[in-house]
Amino acid sequence: MSKVKKASVVLERAMNCIFTVCGFLTIAFVLLITGFLVVSGLPAIKEIGIIDFLFGTTWASTAQTPSYGILPFILSSIYGTCGAIIIGVPIGIMCAIFLAKMSSPRISGVVSSAVDLLSGIPSVVYGLVGMIVIVPLVRETFNLPDGANLFSAIIVLTVMILPSVISVSETAIRSVPREYEEASLALGATKTETVFKVVVPAAKSGILTSVVLGIGRAIGEAMAVMMVAGNVANMPGLFTSVRFLTTAVASEMSYSSGLQREALFSIALVLFVFIMLINVVLNLIAKKKER
Amino acid sequence: MHEKISAERKIKCGILNGLMYASAGLICLILLGLIGYILYRGLGNISWELLSTKPSLIRGTTGILPNILNTLYIILITLVIVLPLGVGAAIYLNEYASNKKVVRIIELATETLSGIPSIIYGLVGMLIFVQFFSLGTSLIAGSFTLVIMTLPTVIRTTQESLKTVPNGYREGSLALGAGKWYMIRTVVLPSAIDGIVTGCILSVGRIVGESAALLFTAGMANEILNLKDAVLPGNAGSTLTVSLYMYAKERGEFEIAFAIAAILLVLTFIINMSAKMAAKILKKGRG
Repeated sequence: MSKVKKASVVLERAMNCIFTVCGFLTIAFVLLITGFLVVSGLPAIKEIGIIDFLFGTTWASTAQTPSYGILPFILSSIYGTCGAIIIGVPIGIMCAIFLAKMSSPRISGVVSSAVDLLSGIPSVVYGLVGMIVIVPLVRETFNLPDGANLFSAIIVLTVMILPSVISVSETAIRSVPREYEEASLALGATKTETVFKVVVPAAKSGILTSVVLGIGRAIGEAMAVMMVAGNVANMPGLFTSVRFLTTAVASEMSYSSGLQREALFSIALVLFVFIMLINVVLNLIAKKKER
Repeated sequence: MHEKISAERKIKCGILNGLMYASAGLICLILLGLIGYILYRGLGNISWELLSTKPSLIRGTTGILPNILNTLYIILITLVIVLPLGVGAAIYLNEYASNKKVVRIIELATETLSGIPSIIYGLVGMLIFVQFFSLGTSLIAGSFTLVIMTLPTVIRTTQESLKTVPNGYREGSLALGAGKWYMIRTVVLPSAIDGIVTGCILSVGRIVGESAALLFTAGMANEILNLKDAVLPGNAGSTLTVSLYMYAKERGEFEIAFAIAAILLVLTFIINMSAKMAAKILKKGRG
């Protein structure tokens, strides 16, 4: 009897330990990722100089006298993300409102499945279609020598952020208490007015979350952008070929060495800082909502 | 209602309604266009030869069998590792952790992990697994990278379903003298199976669609490997997505790229459907 008990106590203790270790794994991984990025990213920044690195306008890593300025990448990433947000968010929010409030459950179901499917399509597939359809289309419509530019990237990114904007906003809109709407309807507002003046403002923190998530997705996308943005380290313009922070890392990684390689890690570190800022914003929104 | 609403309000509502319908229509149009175009360009290029051979200059074949196998290996290896870890973490958060602050910090870390873009996973995976642990560019290094990447998904879905297990189950089991682990194994986990399966399927979806994280960790090789080689360090191999990228971007062989895209699309569809079905069936079974 006591032997059985002892064995089971040991087992309980062991399982307790195992689960605790599992629980702390994610913290360990976050620290590990941060640690590796900082350790491998800082040396190049130190060697190049943080001002020259962040605000230098030319990236010529393979030139005889190499220069490592990543301002073109930072600005391209920001412009590309802003563009996708400006086009994608209104469409996404409108669609979310439609799904949550205006359409019949059956139509909502169909459109929701479409949105789910869109979010599951691999980014290389978006890149491929962008490369074959969007790039030539942009080239011909705007009469350009090359259609692989910031504008094409913005279009592809817009489609890619739509699913996350729609599904998160939809959840937020659905969770607004029904009484708000009823009060507004009882005062004589039409259904559309009610939705836009009462429900949407009440769901604004959730909608904001969806926008920030969209920003995160757009700024972190690598493969699709690589296939449609032209991948040249230019200062960004709507119809110039550009390189994003993500694609700057990906495109030179396979053949880089020495300081060039270290500089790529530094770019990843800068991207990581951007993502962390987005995380902080998300948490601030969540905290405000709790209050 | 004696007086109708003013014309101005009517027009405003009309415009907003129109915009909403247009947006929803646009989404469906984009999806249908995408699916239609990819299937149109891709299905015709899928042949038995493509599916059953490897690329070979001598025989003049370009097959994607190695890529299909690599995708399966990576899914298998990743799931075998991530499932125990993720479910364990969820159990800790829901059953063991008593300090609210600790739970909050772990959840914060999980959210952070799920927000990190895949290219950074690729880079860090290369630094940690390929170089630091000197596994070389290999399927196993790629799988380890994906373990970190899919961990948040498994934790979140498992935790969601653990939360819905009624406390009465736990109390009943403990009151009968069961130990905590025994209680979790026999009562809690079986009731939370739907979340675990959903997490599994979502992870598979994420792995199938992943490319940036695998480019520098699992490599670009197109050799046929068996499962034993796949878990050994140093055996590189590209998955379907990575090979799609290589065919489209580096070699300009768009027929094969579209064939792979069509396959990926069908896979995405199947994964989506099975996630929905699994949630429905398993929830029903739970009553």
